[in-house]
Amino acid sequence: MSAPRTVPVTGWGRTAPTAARLIRPRSYEEAVAAVRQCGVRGGIARGLGRAYGDAAQNAGGAVLDMTGLDRIHAIDADDGTVLCDAGVSLHRLTEVLLPLGWFVPVAPGTRQVTVGGAVGADIHGRNHRVSGSFSRHVLSFELLTADGGIHNVTRGTPLFDATCGGMGLTGVILTVTLRLQPVQTSLMSVDTERAGDLDDLMARLTATDHRYRYSVAWIDLLARGAALGRAVLTRGDHATLDALPEGTHTRRHPLALRVSRLPAPPPVLPEGLLTRRTVGWFNELWYRKAPRARTGELQRISAFFHPLDRVPHWNRVYGRGGLVPYQFVVGEGREDTLRRIVGRIAQRRCPSFPAVLKRFGEGDPGWLSFPVPGWTLALDVPAGLPGLGRFLDELDEEVATAGGRVYLARDSRLRPDLLAAMYPRLDEFRQLRAQLDPRGVFVSDLARRLAL
Amino acid sequence: MKDAFGLPQSLLVLGGTSRIALATARRLVARRTRTVWLAGRPSPALDRAAGELRALGADVRTVDFDALDADSHETALGKVFAEGDIDMVLLAFGVLGDQAHDEREPSAAVRVAQTNYTGAVAAGLVSAQALQAQGHGSLVVLSSVAGERARRGDFIYGSSKAGLDAFAQGLGDALHGTGVHVTVVRPGPVRAGTAAGGRRTPWECTPEEVAAAIELGLRRRAETVWVPGALRVVMSVLRHVPRGMFRRLPLLL
Repeated sequence: MSAPRTVPVTGWGRTAPTAARLIRPRSYEEAVAAVRQCGVRGGIARGLGRAYGDAAQNAGGAVLDMTGLDRIHAIDADDGTVLCDAGVSLHRLTEVLLPLGWFVPVAPGTRQVTVGGAVGADIHGRNHRVSGSFSRHVLSFELLTADGGIHNVTRGTPLFDATCGGMGLTGVILTVTLRLQPVQTSLMSVDTERAGDLDDLMARLTATDHRYRYSVAWIDLLARGAALGRAVLTRGDHATLDALPEGTHTRRHPLALRVSRLPAPPPVLPEGLLTRRTVGWFNELWYRKAPRARTGELQRISAFFHPLDRVPHWNRVYGRGGLVPYQFVVGEGREDTLRRIVGRIAQRRCPSFPAVLKRFGEGDPGWLSFPVPGWTLALDVPAGLPGLGRFLDELDEEVATAGGRVYLARDSRLRPDLLAAMYPRLDEFRQLRAQLDPRGVFVSDLARRLAL
Repeated sequence: MKDAFGLPQSLLVLGGTSRIALATARRLVARRTRTVWLAGRPSPALDRAAGELRALGADVRTVDFDALDADSHETALGKVFAEGDIDMVLLAFGVLGDQAHDEREPSAAVRVAQTNYTGAVAAGLVSAQALQAQGHGSLVVLSSVAGERARRGDFIYGSSKAGLDAFAQGLGDALHGTGVHVTVVRPGPVRAGTAAGGRRTPWECTPEEVAAAIELGLRRRAETVWVPGALRVVMSVLRHVPRGMFRRLPLLL
């Protein structure tokens, strides 16, 4: 185990840094020792730090960097299951599994998350309507709990449901057994279309979404007036082998993972690069560049699912002040709330790059799992925008009134008293934690801020 | 725990009757602050201040604290930190003194220096240590523009603030990377009372303006906050004015 260093830690949004002892266990025994010795201010597991807020920070305590435990133990290539350490990234998993004809069952917007983090935040992807969130494909996991014991946790148990979406507060996930998605190729067959305004967009999504496994809409939140809520829809499914043109390199190597990478932005960029004007230009260009309608385009998996992974450290463009993400979901039938919020954001002129609108299907059993059937909108805003805190508080009120909720993995500023209304099973979660971890060994800044 | 905008949930005010501190507390209670500790000498004014913040919905407690009794700081503040994390410490105590009187009576001048400087050094170090142990927190130190360059009219007060300012800057550097952030606030002359009427000088500010600047400074994780912001430029010019000319400048600040 590397000697612990006290370092400032932030989430991907680079706001609210706090200092913690960073410990990187290289074996399960070291992880057990780290948990046993984490001291009065407790510890929390951290993966690749892609949670935007303070979920994987622990001021004055220990942060367990789990990326040192990154072995893939067993792959059942016939059945499509994999047993791997929690510190394995989805990137690594994709690299290994794709050539065998398998893909991760839920792909979020980046491959740079660990399997443990994916369970802890119960992440979702563009296929939520069809496939649910990540935990739906988890068969079991091994959990290191506060007493230093390692438990094999299977589906349908309270500990399983508390841990999926539990933000790492029930313990440290060590290994995960995951069911996979079969694919014939590493390409996606993608239909792209433009929607001129929000009503048009919602109509298209409602009418034809059932034809696609994956569906996402990118909304230009800076467009106003008649163009309010204009968007580009990209929807598709894994391309079959027949869809690849004969005699090409791609056809001969249909399962190769192809990624491309642009240079990272410099580490220090001035604040205020992202203004209404610059982001507005970008959004305008991006919208006009998108085809009005195009079907059956072959795209790489990386280009379809993870466009931002092409730019490492893209969060740097937000400058030293960092970014504040906001993602909420409102239920089916609450389209009026969605419309109102989109209208308010547009009126407020938040310099937001195209925001992501998706539809969720059936909710998942995780007690603090985010998805509920309905509409979810995700956007990133520079933290320095004047009055942003109050504005987002107002949006919270709307969301809570409509019975919706905000996503904890993308939260860095929610008012604590709204949490119980948004997550009705919060009390059960607190009780289970009090029972399982009476000394409060597992704690994060998020848990402190929201009294989870 | 502070949020993405640096807004604290718990606040400890050293100098619980300071007008700037109370304006700041009111502002922060309106946002995320739920717990406020007011540290000061027991007085009706302190109780009034506590009552006022309680009416705004905060959980307010007072704690006996005497800036001049540096040895007691560790016990007094230790009690507060033992109750839970403090996200922000506002070091707001200080006395203006009476320059003419203090020049004639050195012991009174020493008291100004002891309150504003040595008292603040003790309280600042005690707070810094506690904040460092919890791995996060903001220490906001109320300095003054008077500490930027000594002036005939208020150099006793000014020199004590100059010492405090330098101390706070150094403390900020010492704490860099520990999760604790030190912000030095340099307000211009703060308007006395709440009476209406024009500003005497363009640099005069109200406690509310200082509070607003502090909230902004928290969000930006600023190391120095000037109130009003233009003072930064004005003072960097004044700092380079030759002594002979500076002496003859009217006391605008």
